[in-house]
This record gives sequence, C-alpha cells and structure tokens, in this order.
Amino acid sequence: MKEFKGRVVTPGNVTAEAVVTHGGFNTLASLQGALQFGDKTATCKDQNNPDLFGKPTAGKALCLPMTIGSTTGGLVLYCAAAMKRQPACMLFSEHIDSLAAAGAILADVWLDDVSMPVVDCLGDEFLDYVKDGMTITVKDDGVVVVE
Amino acid sequence: MILTKEQQAILDGEKGETLSKVMKTLVMYGDAFGAEKMVPVTSKYNHLVTSFGLKMMTPVFDLMQQLIDAGAISKQEFSVDPRPLDKNVPANVLQNFVFNKFMYATQESYEKQLKELGLMNDDAFTCTCYLDEVGNKPKKGEVLSWAESSAVVYANSVLGARCNRNSGIMDIMGSIVGYVPYFGLLTDEGRKATWIVKIETEKKPEAQLLGSAIGMKVMEAVPYVYGLDKWIGNELNDDACTYLKDFGAATASNGAVGLYHIDGLTPEAVEVGDSLIAEGAEVYVIDDAELERVKASYPVMWKNADAKPKLCFMGCPHMTLKQLKDWTDKIEAGLAASGNKKVLIPTVFTASPAVLKEFNNTGYAVRLKATGVITSYICPLMYMNNPLCKKMPVITSSNKLRTYTTARYYTDDEILHALTVGGTK
Repeated sequence: MKEFKGRVVTPGNVTAEAVVTHGGFNTLASLQGALQFGDKTATCKDQNNPDLFGKPTAGKALCLPMTIGSTTGGLVLYCAAAMKRQPACMLFSEHIDSLAAAGAILADVWLDDVSMPVVDCLGDEFLDYVKDGMTITVKDDGVVVVE
Repeated sequence: MILTKEQQAILDGEKGETLSKVMKTLVMYGDAFGAEKMVPVTSKYNHLVTSFGLKMMTPVFDLMQQLIDAGAISKQEFSVDPRPLDKNVPANVLQNFVFNKFMYATQESYEKQLKELGLMNDDAFTCTCYLDEVGNKPKKGEVLSWAESSAVVYANSVLGARCNRNSGIMDIMGSIVGYVPYFGLLTDEGRKATWIVKIETEKKPEAQLLGSAIGMKVMEAVPYVYGLDKWIGNELNDDACTYLKDFGAATASNGAVGLYHIDGLTPEAVEVGDSLIAEGAEVYVIDDAELERVKASYPVMWKNADAKPKLCFMGCPHMTLKQLKDWTDKIEAGLAASGNKKVLIPTVFTASPAVLKEFNNTGYAVRLKATGVITSYICPLMYMNNPLCKKMPVITSSNKLRTYTTARYYTDDEILHALTVGGTK
C-alpha cells in the first residue's frame, strides 16, 4: 500500500479498480465509439494507446499523465458523465490539461447526480507505482491510496 | 481568484441560476490553472468547435437548451466548425444510412439551437473562420474564447490575438458572460517560447509535415522557429498565411501547440524578436532527414497497406481560395502531362461555404469540376468518424486528418501524382 497526495480539481470520495495509461489519454479517440454505439463499459477504442485499447474505463480509477487530442475532449468527457459512463475518478500524475479540466468541471457544475473526483499533480512516482487492477481510494482532500 | 463586483454578482446568482453556473464553471476552470482574475473577451465574434448534431452529444444539446431557456445567450455572434454532411461527397447506401440515422440524426435540431444562440449566418460553418471571405478575423491583442485548435493556433500566432486552447462548451461559456480566466496564452509570460526550433532543410519543408514534427516534439509548449522565413518570406501574404494555416493545424493536432512564433514573420516575433524566448529553452534542429524520419514513423491504419485508395480528402483545415486555384492549375497540368482526363481517385476539396462561393464565381470552378474533383463544405473528420468510412483506404495531405482518423498521409506532390498519374511515388 502506498499513499500519494495531489491537488483536488473536483472533490469527492470513491474506491475503484485502477486502469493505467502511461501515454496521454486521447478522450475523443478513446470514448467516441463507446458513447455512440451504446457501450456502457466505455471500452477504450484508441488504437494508438496500447495500455488502454480494449479495456473498459467506465467506473474505473483512470490513472494517466494527461489527456491529449481534439479540443472536443472536454465535451466528450462531459457526455460520458451525463450518460453515466465516466471513470469513477481521474488521477493525473501531471498538472491537469485544459481539456480534461473543462470536462471534469462541466460535469461537476452542470450534472446534479454525477460524481467524478479528479486529482492532479500526483507525480511520476504515482504512475510508476500504480498497476491495472490495484484498488484505489480517493479522499476529498486529494489523498490517493493505492493497494 | 479575485472577481470584480459585476463578476461576483453573476457568480452569486444576481442574474439567475444559469448564469451563476456559467460563471462558476469559468472560475473553477481558472482556479485549475492558477488564474488570479478574469479578463473581458474583446473580439467581435466568437467561434464554436461543436458544429455537429452527433447523437451521442445529446447531453451537450440539453445543456445548450438550458442556456437558451434561461436567456443566457452570448452577446457575440459566432461562427462554428464545418457541417458534417454533404450529399455531394461520395458515400454508399450503408454509409449514408449510418450518417443520417445513427450519427448525425440531430443535425437539424442542433443547427436550430445554434441560430438561437447567435450563429453569424447560415454559411458560418468552417474551421477557417479567420479567412477574409468568412469575416471572423480577430485583431492583434484581442482576447478570444475559442476552442477549435487549428483556429486558436492561427489566431494566436498569425494574428497576434490571445486565446487559450479551450475545450468545446468552454468556448460558449466565456462568450456568454463576456469574461475568460487570465492564464496561459493570455499572459505575456505564457506566450514565451520554451523551445527553439532551427530549420536547416535543403528544400522548402512541407507545411503539414514540419508542423507535425514540431508538434510531436514540443507538445503543448510554445516554439520559436528560426529559418522558416527563408522559405516562406518575411511578409504575411496569401502564400505565407496559407502555409502557416496548415503548419499550425499540424502542430496543434500532432501535438497540442496553441501558439508558435516564426522569426522575422509572425507579429510578436517581428516586434520583439528573440526576447520571446524563455531562459533555458530547449533546441530542436530539423533537417530533411528528420522530416523523413517523422513521416516514416506514421502508422498505417489501413487493413491492407497496399490497397488502392478509394477516396482523397484535401482541405483539413479548409482550403483557401488561393489553394483551390493553385490546385486547379496543378491538377490540370498533371492530367495534361499524363494523358489522363480525370483524376484517378474520387477526390474532395473542402473549403468554407464563403470561399466556395467566391471560387464558384471564378473560371477555375468549371475547370476544377472538369478534372473530376468535387468541392464541399464538409468536415472530413466528421465523415471519417463513420465506422464504415474508417475501413476505407483514404489518402490526404492533412496531418490533422491523419492523426484523428485512418486516413493515410502523403505530401502534396505525392497526392498530385496519385491523382493524375496513379500510384504514389
């Protein structure tokens, strides 16, 4: 077990199973197919992401450095949240990017019944340590417990 | 963040719950990036990235309706990215079925919403809103609330406007309250270059390939580019601006560049030169071999790498009037040399409705049509998002289209050869 402390972007408490990408998470490429064709597990469709391709992301603790790709990324994340297909939480090793921040904040402000805690600045060590299948607990003060 | 009385009043709900939520969204957005204040949006028009009535975006349309119902309408009119559909673009029965029944079934109702929210006019659908024919061209120093990545990088770099690389929906939020959080590319510090790029090629670098190389290297950083004025001059004329349009789109899509400076050419570089370079900036040298290495690194996403192309898309970002004219001349000459009468691959040139109107008023339009090339206002990315189109072998000289779809990249010369002679060199 190891504990990390990051910065809270959108608050919340949750426990979920980790899925990890060491490259940037391309939100549009990853989620568009799932959202469009009724895949409730939001399986990653980004063929350029060998860490996540073919793995479900809905309800998982998504561990990543940053999101990349189209500037529709934020609204795609917002749509995933509105359709209840969002990750349980998003945990960034680096400072959050503008697209992911937009998606997380839009979901936090505009959707009443959706919680997706987002913590950033967890550091490279976090992403080195966490592995697929580990159990992650996020606390609303930005503490992330990995076990 | 320190808010003015007016901003605080909006946040506190004095102008209604919906506007309060819009302001809260922007304040949280600014807080995430350490913004200490909000600044007024000063451009005449806004530009939105969400132009497509994609069924999966129903939550976005619901949000837009909340804004409309609450009267939270932007004070600015806006242009918007290209329409996703055009019956002139080749598609088979099944592809059309997926386009119309599954993907873009809500296009009509979404366009109605866009009109209620302040769309400039029925033709204001393009990613190149900054072209003179379209009329949404910000001035130097103006603050924008845009999101389309290729337009943001052009506005920042070529026009000297100030805009962050925002996400869709954030663009309309800033425009509605008339303020955006002050951070990143809005600040003098955020516009400093942390990469120096030296162009040392023996021939003029392909705009979309050079942009790709720089984007992949610097990611979201600001590059200061030396040696490009040797190839595209020291004046922001039609040719240079067209080059920078395509170059910038590639930096923004292959990386996440929101601003670049070209030594001796772009406005801030001309004004203050290398004082724009931050201390400790890294250096990237690009020669012809480096461009070849980058090109060879692109994965081929076709099922059969040797398949004969079934479609060619040119115009991502949308083509300029001059590009349409130049390509008409090149294709005519290529066909004359090869003895072919029509292009050998179904080919679509995309441009804004306003540019196409101008083009159709010239003699070039008839000549281009005679070569078999189709013109359209469509967004090639939206076309390629159809799962049935993804399987098609499509070629393009757009590095943005290559990045987001299964289309395969070729240089302009290679595309010309494929269209007029056949095969790729």
